[in-house]
Amino acid sequence: MIIGQIRNGIVLDHITAGRGMDIYRILRLGELNCTIAMIENAESVKMGRKDIIKVGKVIDLDFDVLGYIDPGITVNVIQDGKLAKREHLNLPETVRDIIRCKNPRCITSIEQELRHEFRLVDRERKLYRCIYCESAAPKLGTF
Amino acid sequence: MRNLIDIMELSTDELQELIVQATDIIENPKKYAESCRGKKLATLFFEPSTRTRLSFEAAMYELGGNVIGFSDAGSSSAAKGESVADTVRTVGCYADIIAMRHPKEGAPLVATRTAGVPVINAGDGGHNHPTQTLADLLTIYREKGRFEGLTIGLCGDLKFGRTVHSLLCAMSRYADMKFILISPEELKVPRYLITDVLDAKHIAYEEVTSLEDAMPTLDVLYMTRVQRERFFNEADYVRLKDTYILTPEKLRTAKPDLAILHPLPRVNEISVAVDKDPRACYFKQVLYGKFMRMALILKLLEVEV
Repeated sequence: MIIGQIRNGIVLDHITAGRGMDIYRILRLGELNCTIAMIENAESVKMGRKDIIKVGKVIDLDFDVLGYIDPGITVNVIQDGKLAKREHLNLPETVRDIIRCKNPRCITSIEQELRHEFRLVDRERKLYRCIYCESAAPKLGTF
Repeated sequence: MRNLIDIMELSTDELQELIVQATDIIENPKKYAESCRGKKLATLFFEPSTRTRLSFEAAMYELGGNVIGFSDAGSSSAAKGESVADTVRTVGCYADIIAMRHPKEGAPLVATRTAGVPVINAGDGGHNHPTQTLADLLTIYREKGRFEGLTIGLCGDLKFGRTVHSLLCAMSRYADMKFILISPEELKVPRYLITDVLDAKHIAYEEVTSLEDAMPTLDVLYMTRVQRERFFNEADYVRLKDTYILTPEKLRTAKPDLAILHPLPRVNEISVAVDKDPRACYFKQVLYGKFMRMALILKLLEVEV
């Protein structure tokens, strides 16, 4: 399968295989008026299998969202056909409105316009807790 | 401006300062009788409570201040659908400090963002109840004279018991602690407290089901009630509520200087016959709670006496 190189845009590389569509949906890439290529299960020396997303224009990305969903992703910004910038992601300290607290006793279940916010409490275990009720966030990849 | 939402927001030095202040209040009550003259405490209780609300109100009155507030959500604008943020923003225009109880976990944290005055968490669902922990800590300190090197038995509902969680976190900062966690299988301490607090800090603990077996080793026994309001399923509550009942017979093997604590109210988990035992500290604990709330109000209002 051949997918051409992009001249100006973004390549999200090293996406954990199977998580590409989650990222496509959460970043609302379907709402963009440009070419998008979704490559699933591509061969990877480092990962065995991986997903790749190519976006046909440079857009603002929320690195916190991406880092939370899949901290191993590499973001390549392409300008005039050349690699202009490469970002390696990390788990963000806090994530807002990406995931919802599922604890029915949490204030987020009733308070109007309250943002759902989780704080990283254990980087090694990739564990986030709701800042209000301290419930553990759903495990990565299960939301 | 300081708030108190979680007991862990107070350092061990600050806890010691509060204990020293509370002790001074106990010994010299007249010195503090006018210390909050002209100040108002708002008690916002969106959930029923007897002792905590009255303790806060008594504390403020004994400091010479005044109290406004409500004692159930039905008599507040929450019944009309007002948000917590708007309610406390309004009350913050009238009061100098707020003590708030709410059935939803995290509600007092939301309140801190709009209140404009210090907010004290007076209990948020099954989550935190830091001023109960202040009462527990003063009781332990006055009964045992120290925090270090104690074996503390926590007994009953260790899953939903917010006072247990807060006490465990607070005491985990002292040296040579050992916890005996006594509960039925269904009401064990949540795993995150085991991993994030006890294991992470290399604190000695045992999870057991027999109160009788644990009794001879304990310096402090913290009894709890199995709380009906924390269960979604009535059948589960009925099945577990009578699991541990402390009686004079069970205390026969206990140390002579054991301190028996309970956050109250009790239902039947401590026999009334135990009340006469000099090791029963739970009504002293109520009194100490008021003195610690007085010390806390002074601290958050930055009143120096």
